[in-house]
Amino acid sequence: MSAAATHSRWPARGHAGFWAFAVHRVSGVALALFLPAHFWALGQAIQGEAALDGFLSWAERPSVRAAEVALVVLLAAHLAGGLRLLAIELLPWSDRQKTILALAAGFTLTAGLAFLLNLR
Amino acid sequence: MAATTLDIALWRGDAAGGAFQRYRVPAAQRQTVLDVVTWVQRHVDSGLSYRFACRVGMCGTCAMTVNGKPRWTCRTLVDAAAKDGRLEIAPLANLPVVKDLACDMTAFFDKWRRAEGRFRPAPGLGGDFAVVPPESAARRQAEAGIECIGCAVCYSACDVAAWNSDYLGPAALNRAWTLHNDVRDGAGAARLKAVAGDAGCHSCHSHQSCREHCPKHLNPTASIAGLKRATAWAALKGEI
Repeated sequence: MSAAATHSRWPARGHAGFWAFAVHRVSGVALALFLPAHFWALGQAIQGEAALDGFLSWAERPSVRAAEVALVVLLAAHLAGGLRLLAIELLPWSDRQKTILALAAGFTLTAGLAFLLNLR
Repeated sequence: MAATTLDIALWRGDAAGGAFQRYRVPAAQRQTVLDVVTWVQRHVDSGLSYRFACRVGMCGTCAMTVNGKPRWTCRTLVDAAAKDGRLEIAPLANLPVVKDLACDMTAFFDKWRRAEGRFRPAPGLGGDFAVVPPESAARRQAEAGIECIGCAVCYSACDVAAWNSDYLGPAALNRAWTLHNDVRDGAGAARLKAVAGDAGCHSCHSHQSCREHCPKHLNPTASIAGLKRATAWAALKGEI
């Protein structure tokens, strides 16, 4: 029934609110995919000290540490974006939506950089 | 304006499908997108179908998708919308095409009805003039959304309406919010129940495309957020 096939929808999406949604959705899906891996890693402790230590030493690789930074950025982005959505839905409307988005992006960047600087 | 002719792509077709057709249209000063469409119909193909009435941004019938964005064509200057003298004009998204640039608005206005978008006088109303203080919180909330003329630009811009054909959409929900804040209205919990369902206010993802594209600069996202709070409170209090 839709006339969507008549043209691309993307030009109408070229604004901050849509991109905030996109970041929130992508980070949410990525974190959901990560969660089973996280539980599997914790589960190594049940297998004994050696199994966990083996995994932890594997996790010291630079590529894994880099992925860890990406994970922190995803977590920070999803947290900040979630708080933004809760503010929209639970608090009186604020016309400073782009400022709030900028604060969320700033928090995400700061969290990522702080984690990166603390890497050994 | 540098170009003497414009390169125009108009979507031609019907509900079964169609494609863009190219036209060369003479450029003119302060020419609107509606002027361009009208020129094609008057000079090239009288069979071109589109819809307009007032030409001054009051009736809301001439909305189309211009270079990918939903807009009133009567109030959009070619200079503001064209890229290198090129315009791509399509029917509104999220509504079935009748023919060419004209959409079937039935589903759009049916949703106003489903959202209890009509005034329901409160019991006892009509004895004397209702006194509505302009500065009261409820009146200010209603005032913010009341100028909607039902052009469906917001509905066409809405991603949720694209994903869920049952979604009531920004315009119908904005209407419900203005009535919810009308102290003379008596629908109360019935209207909140109508907008709280699976395809109602809680489906909104707050992309704010409606707010971004509304030619009247209304903010349906804020209205929908108000309905989310009102329906949540009503549910907690057991009213809906």
